[in-house]
Amino acid sequence: VTRAVYAVGREKVREYAYATGETDPRHLDPDSARAAGYADVVAPPMFAAVYCAPAIGPAVLDPEVGIDFARMVHGAQRFEWGDPVVAGDEITTVAELEERSERGGLNFFVFRTISTNQDGATVSEGRWTNIVR
Amino acid sequence: MDEHRSLSVTPDRYLTYRYAGASGDFNPIHLDDEFARSVGLPSRILHGLWTMSQVARAQTEAGGGPESLRSLEVQFRGMGLPEREITISSTVREERDGELVIRCDAEQDGKRIIRNGEAVVRPAGGA
Repeated sequence: VTRAVYAVGREKVREYAYATGETDPRHLDPDSARAAGYADVVAPPMFAAVYCAPAIGPAVLDPEVGIDFARMVHGAQRFEWGDPVVAGDEITTVAELEERSERGGLNFFVFRTISTNQDGATVSEGRWTNIVR
Repeated sequence: MDEHRSLSVTPDRYLTYRYAGASGDFNPIHLDDEFARSVGLPSRILHGLWTMSQVARAQTEAGGGPESLRSLEVQFRGMGLPEREITISSTVREERDGELVIRCDAEQDGKRIIRNGEAVVRPAGGA
C-alpha cells in the first residue's frame, strides 16, 4: 500500500484545465468559482489523474509487484467521483494492487486508489488496469 | 440532453508537452519522436489519460459542469497521435433516478482509441 498527499494549487488546476481544453470559468477564474459556491477554482474530474500520481506511480513501480515497465500499457481506467476538489484542498490517496491475473499470455495488474480530502470526504475512487505483454 | 452527441478536438503539435507539464507524466513516448520510433511506435503518442479527459469533458459540457460527471470507465486501444482530429461520441443508453448512463468512445482516423466507455452523468438541471 502506498499513500501520498497532494496539495491542490490554483495555478495547477488552471494549467490542467488549459491543457485539457476546458473553458468553464469555474476551473479558471476564482471569482466565477466563488460565485458558483466553490471556495476557489474547481478541478475538472480527470484532475484525479494528477493528484493520484504520487501514490499510484510508486505502487506500479514497486519492485515486489514486478511489472516490466517497458512492456506495460494502460489498458483501462475507471473513476468514480465524490466531493469536488478545489484549489487549497489537500488530497490523500492510498493505492494498492487489487488483482493480478493472466489471460491469453497477457498479465493484468489492477490497482485501486481511494482519495480523500482534508475533511475526510472521499473525492474519488480509481481502478487502474495495466497490461504487461 | 440529446440522445447522441459528438465533440471534435484536434490536439495541436505541442499539446503533449503542455499535458506532460500539467500532469507530471514526462514519459518520452509522448515527447520525443525519435525515442517513440525506437520502441516501435509511429511517432510520439498522446497520453491516454488526456484522451480520457476529452471523453470526460464531452460529458461535463453537456451535463452542466464538473460535478455532473459521477463516474467514467474506459478501455484504451491503439494510440492517439497529435495533429489529427479526434471525435468523441456519446449515446444515452438509460435514465434512472435522475442519472444518465452514457456509452462513449473516441475515434481518430477511423480507429477507436477509446472504446466501451461508460459514463454516469447527473445533469445539473435534472435528467
